[in-house]
Amino acid sequence: MQPQAGFLRMHKRSRSRDERYVAWLFLLPNFLGFAVFTAGPVLFSLVVSFSNWNLQRTIPFQWTGIENYFELMRDQQFWLYFINTLYLMLGMPIAIAGSLALAILLSQRLRGIVLYRTLFYLPSITSGVALMILWKALYNPDFGPINAAINAVSHALGLDVKAPQWLLATSNLLGLDVEQVRITARQFGLGARDALIIMGIWIAIGGNNMLLYLAALTNVPQELIEAAQLDGAGKWSVFRNVTWPQLAPTTFFIVVMSFIGGLQGGFEQARVMTAGGPAGTTTTLTYYIYTKAFEEFQIGYASAISWILFAIIFVVTLVNWKFGAKEVSY
Amino acid sequence: MTTIEHIQKPSPAAVWWNRVGKIIASHLVLTLIAFTTLAPFVWMVLASFKPLEEVEQINPLPSVWHPENYAKVFEQIPFARYYFNSVFIAAWVTFLQCLTSAMAAYAFARLQWKGRDAVFRLYLATLMIPGVVTMIPNYTLMVWLRLLDSYIGLIVPAAFSAFGTFLLRQFMLTIPPSLDEAAKIDGATHWQIFWDIIMPLSRAGLITLAIFTFMGNYGSFFWPLILIKSEHLRTLPIGMLYFDTNYGRQTNLIMAASVMNIIPLVILFVVSQRFLVRGIQLGAVKG
Repeated sequence: MQPQAGFLRMHKRSRSRDERYVAWLFLLPNFLGFAVFTAGPVLFSLVVSFSNWNLQRTIPFQWTGIENYFELMRDQQFWLYFINTLYLMLGMPIAIAGSLALAILLSQRLRGIVLYRTLFYLPSITSGVALMILWKALYNPDFGPINAAINAVSHALGLDVKAPQWLLATSNLLGLDVEQVRITARQFGLGARDALIIMGIWIAIGGNNMLLYLAALTNVPQELIEAAQLDGAGKWSVFRNVTWPQLAPTTFFIVVMSFIGGLQGGFEQARVMTAGGPAGTTTTLTYYIYTKAFEEFQIGYASAISWILFAIIFVVTLVNWKFGAKEVSY
Repeated sequence: MTTIEHIQKPSPAAVWWNRVGKIIASHLVLTLIAFTTLAPFVWMVLASFKPLEEVEQINPLPSVWHPENYAKVFEQIPFARYYFNSVFIAAWVTFLQCLTSAMAAYAFARLQWKGRDAVFRLYLATLMIPGVVTMIPNYTLMVWLRLLDSYIGLIVPAAFSAFGTFLLRQFMLTIPPSLDEAAKIDGATHWQIFWDIIMPLSRAGLITLAIFTFMGNYGSFFWPLILIKSEHLRTLPIGMLYFDTNYGRQTNLIMAASVMNIIPLVILFVVSQRFLVRGIQLGAVKG
């Protein structure tokens, strides 16, 4: 017995050691890329954020400690652009609710579901520069079809509606001021940021989130719904008490991903459609980092902003986990 | 008892009308949304066939169709070059990403080793890092390596993906472990198990990842924007951006370019949506 047990143990140990080496060999290409292009850069950017490094070398390199972070707190533009970023995220709940509503409509056994699904998904696959250029033309206040339609309807109804200036206007639905962090009645109206929100909802509503809800809805056990109906629950009550809790993990995932995406969003829109304007009202944090790093070459300062953005995303995700996890464990 | 009788009361005709009414209402809403989704695309296609002065008019159809707008795009900018660059770069990134992700996924899904789950969680955590954080150091790295403005600089940094590893791991976990065991007993090496057994069985996952990666890199914007300096390296998004900036008033030609930019994506999606839909849904399952 003794030698055999020893043999077995040795055999097992040597095999597990084998797999460890094999595993690292298989992991190596990906891990090298990860180390060189992700892990290394993250640390490097943290180190650089404590310096005044400028790629144009007009200023001598110096370690400046947390000076960049102090400056950031005093940087009025940073706060304005942070608020822009948050404002653009206001479309998120509407888009998510819309995706859910669409998924519920599509989860009935109707004819042509695949056709609808394909059509709704079109903006998601084509999203990018071509789509942004298209929407820039649609929003053109003078000859764009959106204002043409508004003017036509207004004319036909005998109303005197003044069509919005869309991407050219600093006004917004909350009345946020342009140069200071405050609300003013003068800025109330529809403007560039609202235009981007509307476009964002149009892109997202039939996209990945709808597909996720569609899959989740088909996984809700039918007998739960039937049991609730037998108990005399109405449609809304069934949705509120049976379907919605069953969808909680999906909603949680979508909300977390939307926050992560939204906080670093708005770059393509700003670069392609508005150049961050008018008056900086569509400049988001990511676009601000881009201009600081690649137009003004202030690598140190740009790295500091990017780390603040990272920290915000990290905290928001943690908060989501803390509160979301409770909701999810039904 | 009474409630059940009450539920069974409505006549079959009323039930039928109720159901048909619901179906019609659903179709109406869905059609309305489909129309809203399609309208901008329809405007784009129509505008691309119009003479410039008609783009500004509300009349939706061109008075005379101008398919030569499409040819004009190729005369004004090296659009074919942009096409080639986008497809070439996206294809290389896709190939490399599928290979490196599949190998890593094999290590995470099919091998037993100490620290595996910890390393995997680290991978997942990196999905939270904003792209701009790594973008700046990667740019300076490319400056040092003198890879600015080169195909290698455009391809290699995009060739590694934590998301791809995660997605393929999900697929590989569904393959029964008895297959590897049987192959091991037959004396197969790990590479043979990976290449001859696991890879073919992960085909659906690989196709999904390949489509995601190709589409994403075909439309990739930020990295090419900061890396490309010379015109002959421009990809479609970058070429479109400068076309719009420099020739912005020729809306009809810009729309023609946009249509040509989008069409390969639409075709790819229609052909492959079976894989994509499943991939999106599987990618969200908690690991």
